[in-house]
Amino acid sequence: MNFALILEWLIKAIVLVLLLLGGFAYLTLYERKALARIQMRVGPNRAGPWGILQPIADAVKLIFKEELMPAQADKLLFFLAPVVTLVPALVITAVVPWGPTLHVFGRDITLYIADINVGVLYIMSVASIAVYGIVLAGWSSNNKYAMMGGLRSTAQMISYEIALGLSFVGVILLAGSASMTEIVTAQKSAWFVLLQPVGTVIFLIATLAEVNRAPFDMPEAEQELTAGYHSEYSGMKFALLFMAEYDKMIAICSIAATLFFGGYREFWFLSNTILSVDRTPWLGPIYIFIKIFVLLFGMIWVRATFPRIRYDRLMAFGWKVMLPLSLALIFITATFILLAQQLNNNLLLAGIPVVSLLVGLAAIVLVNRMLRRKEYARA
Amino acid sequence: MNLTLILFYVLAVAAVATATGLLLSRNSVYAALFLVLNFATVAIFYLLLGAPFIALVQVTVYAGAIMVLFLFVIMLLGAEKLPRGQVLPWQRPLAIGLAALLLVEAGFLLYQRLQTTAILAAPGAELNTTATLQTLGMALFNQYLLPFEVTSILLLVAMIGAIVLTKQVKGEQA
Repeated sequence: MNFALILEWLIKAIVLVLLLLGGFAYLTLYERKALARIQMRVGPNRAGPWGILQPIADAVKLIFKEELMPAQADKLLFFLAPVVTLVPALVITAVVPWGPTLHVFGRDITLYIADINVGVLYIMSVASIAVYGIVLAGWSSNNKYAMMGGLRSTAQMISYEIALGLSFVGVILLAGSASMTEIVTAQKSAWFVLLQPVGTVIFLIATLAEVNRAPFDMPEAEQELTAGYHSEYSGMKFALLFMAEYDKMIAICSIAATLFFGGYREFWFLSNTILSVDRTPWLGPIYIFIKIFVLLFGMIWVRATFPRIRYDRLMAFGWKVMLPLSLALIFITATFILLAQQLNNNLLLAGIPVVSLLVGLAAIVLVNRMLRRKEYARA
Repeated sequence: MNLTLILFYVLAVAAVATATGLLLSRNSVYAALFLVLNFATVAIFYLLLGAPFIALVQVTVYAGAIMVLFLFVIMLLGAEKLPRGQVLPWQRPLAIGLAALLLVEAGFLLYQRLQTTAILAAPGAELNTTATLQTLGMALFNQYLLPFEVTSILLLVAMIGAIVLTKQVKGEQA
């Protein structure tokens, strides 16, 4: 362990954190612009050309706001909660590879911070720790609305974490490894979204619930809970909670891009050309950035389109639809991988998307029939 | 005095301190948070011993899921502040007696082991780098298949029990 290696790690970590912090600022602008266009508005356009200085204006406003502390709040936890919320959102991206190995100044520089052989599990454990910030923010505010928001988010995040974890298993089975770089390498011939279409949808739905985005933004449902767990927060403490939410969005999209959409690898029509990652490695970060950008648009689009779903239905959906469906997917994936290995025919892997799409379709039909039943509509 | 050993001592102090904090804090939310910190330090111990899988499972399952449920129940019941309350008259002498018994037992074991061989290899001396997911899965499903299946059935029974307990009888309001 020499000095240059430590310096390299430090630089990479600092660059990543700075990217996430800058990305947060411009993600808010991106979201406001996209939402505005979907709703036939113009969006922020006053600060700088096309409103590109808007995030800076927002930051200056938040810095100069007065910080309020409720008199009956638990001071220590009220102060710590925004930090506890933000840190998992920043450290979760440590295992996401941003590109292949670069050769610069006679050194091999890997474009990831850590490649641990249980990378996917690391993501699971950091995601499960992320609940604490929200729950503590809700409790320490000593406010009924904030508390309800915190409790709701706990129940929601724990429920959807199970479907999230199970949707990882299909990918691990296909790649034969839980290391993020090996998962990306395994997608050289085909992105896992082609082999795991239903798994991808389950992952995306579960992550929407994990980061408390619409239509699963129950913890901060305005009509019922004012602003949920961050009702009592103002100034930079509020900004930290806000930042955590948007950094979680970026992190989740980078994980989705890595697990299901080929990571830093080129698009399928560019393989074997000069633009492929194998020939020009520095294109890797650009490819993953494009994928994250598109996935983020998907999240914003969902927010603009779907109404918030009722809380009991949210829990019922998580436990009674997502969990059995993802278990069935694991069974299907494992069966076809075993068949392909035993019969030595890799074409059998094509059975995974076919059968899993059929099962997904059956699930949609069943949910639809269940919703039509009278006693359910009354509940 | 290598780096791993220093890390071990720092973590050992942290683990004991958080465990003590758990016992001494009068606010049960703080007690739960001390327990989370304790789980996290134990997870780092596992990492030092070269078992990243166990370490991350420790964080995910204990710190991430079980302790969140603990917090959930504490907050839902509003049981944060422990009342000064009456102490059962026989509780304290009994606890002291049992603690003394435990100490004597642990000391005896330690003494006996010290005479035969070294207790443990020095931390970090031989990192077991073979503890990958594959070897773990192979061990679970070959060598320890029966205990694994028995555990899974136990968990299934507990799950069914929880569902039965919370099931609403028709026509009865929750």
